[in-house]
Amino acid sequence: MNNPLLEVKNLNVNLGGEKIIEDLSFRISCGEILTILGPNGSGKTVLLRTLLGLLPYKGNILWHQAPRVGYLPQGLNQIRVKDFPLTVYDFFALKNNPPLISDIEKFLNLVGLDKNIIFKKAGTLSGGQFQRMLVAWVLVSHPDIIFLDEPTAGINIGGEETIYSLLRNIWGKEKLTILMVTHDLSIVYKYSTNVLCLSRLGHPCFGEPKEILNSKTLEQIFGTEIKLYKHI
Amino acid sequence: MTYQFFLTLISGVCIGGISGFLGSLMLSKKMSVVAGPLAHLALPGVALALIWGLSISFGAFPFVILGAIIIWLLEKKTQLPMENLSAIIFASGVGIALLILPIGKAEEALVGNIEKITTIETLAIIVLSVAVFLMVKKIYKKMMLMNVYEDLAVIEGTKVSLYNLLYLLAIAAAVSMGVYLVGGLITAALIAIPAATAKNISKGMLFYRISAAVLGAISAVVGIIIANYFQWPTGPLVILSGVVLFLLSIIFRWRNYEN
Repeated sequence: MNNPLLEVKNLNVNLGGEKIIEDLSFRISCGEILTILGPNGSGKTVLLRTLLGLLPYKGNILWHQAPRVGYLPQGLNQIRVKDFPLTVYDFFALKNNPPLISDIEKFLNLVGLDKNIIFKKAGTLSGGQFQRMLVAWVLVSHPDIIFLDEPTAGINIGGEETIYSLLRNIWGKEKLTILMVTHDLSIVYKYSTNVLCLSRLGHPCFGEPKEILNSKTLEQIFGTEIKLYKHI
Repeated sequence: MTYQFFLTLISGVCIGGISGFLGSLMLSKKMSVVAGPLAHLALPGVALALIWGLSISFGAFPFVILGAIIIWLLEKKTQLPMENLSAIIFASGVGIALLILPIGKAEEALVGNIEKITTIETLAIIVLSVAVFLMVKKIYKKMMLMNVYEDLAVIEGTKVSLYNLLYLLAIAAAVSMGVYLVGGLITAALIAIPAATAKNISKGMLFYRISAAVLGAISAVVGIIIANYFQWPTGPLVILSGVVLFLLSIIFRWRNYEN
C-alpha cells in the first residue's frame, strides 16, 4: 500500500509572470486518494495540469513508476461535444489504442450505463450519462492513477450517486490511485485518504483528513473568503 | 467525352473529394472559414504567375504554404486563435494582390480555369490529392480529439504542435488545388459546404467523413457537367451544386431528426 508513486519537491509554477504555486512539496503512494483542497484561484487546476506535464515548472516532479494516467478534466461535458458528429463508440475510438467494442461495453456496464448507448451521439447524452461515459473512457485504458478536476461541478449523476462515489466504488475494485481537486469539504471527509490544501496565502498543508481539517487550518485556507462574506 | 473534359472531371473529383474530406475535420475545429483567407493568399501568387506566364498553381502553392507556416508560427508565439490570425494573413494577401494583379487577366484567379487543365497538371493533382488524403486520414482522429479537448490529446501522447503544422499544410495543399477548380474567391465554400451537408445527414464519425468527401466530389462532377453543357463558368456552378445538396440535407435532417 505504501509504495511511493509520485514525489513533488519544491515545486514552483509561474504563469504570465504571476506566482501560482510556490515551493510546494508532497507525495502520493500507490492506492491513495489524495484530495487537493482550496478556494478558487489557489492553483488547484494549475497543480493538476503541471503534474500532468501540461505546464512548465521549476522544482522536482518525480514519478517512481511510469504510470498510465487518466484525466477527467474540468468543463468537458455533453454540451461541449454537441457539435461533433461523434457517437459514444467514436469517442472511444479517438484514443491512442482504440479499445475493442467488448471492452467498451464492459466498462460502460461498470459505470452503470446501458451498452445500447454505444452508437448514440455523445452530444445527446444527459449530463450524468456523459460523465459516466467519460469515467468509462478513462478506465478502459487501465490507468494506474486518475486525475479528477471537479468534473461534475455538482452534477448528480443518478439517484444519490455522485461521480466521486462512483469512482470511490471502482477504486475499491480496481487497483487505482486517485488525485482529485475540489473545494467541497464534504467530499474530502467522505472519500480521501490524504489531503493537500492550497491557499492563496501560501501556507500549504498536507496530511490525513482528520489531522488537517480543524478550524485553524480551514481558516488559513479559506480565511480570505470568510472575511469577504462578512463584509458583504 | 473529349479528352479535355475527361481531365477536368478527374481533377474536379480529386479536388472536390479532398476538400470535402479535409473540410469535415475543419468544421469540427470551427475553422472552415480559415480556408477562405488562405485562398485569398493565393491571389498574389496567381498574379505573379500570370505576369510571368506560369501555371497558376505554381504561383498559388508557395504563397499558401508560406501563409500556413506563418499562421502556425504566429499561433505558437502569440496564442491568438487561428481564425483571427488567418484574417490578418488574408488581408495581407488581398492587399498585395490588388497592387500587382493584372486586372485584365484576373478572371482566372478569381473563378478558376479547370476546364483548361493540362495532363501534367491533372497528374500532379491526382498525386497531391492522394498524398493529402493519406496524411489527413492519419492525423484525423488525433486532430478530432484535440478539437474536443486538447489536454486529453496531449495526455494520449499527441504532439499538438506537429499535428497543427501537418494540418495547416494539408489545408494549404487543398486550397491551392481549390484555386484551380473554383478560383481564389470562393475556395472556402469548397471546404465548408460538403462538411456542413455531411454533418446534417450523419450521426457517427465514419459516415460523416466519407460522406463529406463523396459530397465534395459529387458537387464537382455536377458543376462541371452543367458548366460544360451550357458553356457557363465552372467554379460558381460547382459551388452552387454544393449549396443545392446542402439545402436538400436540411430537408433530410428536418424529416429525420426533428420530427
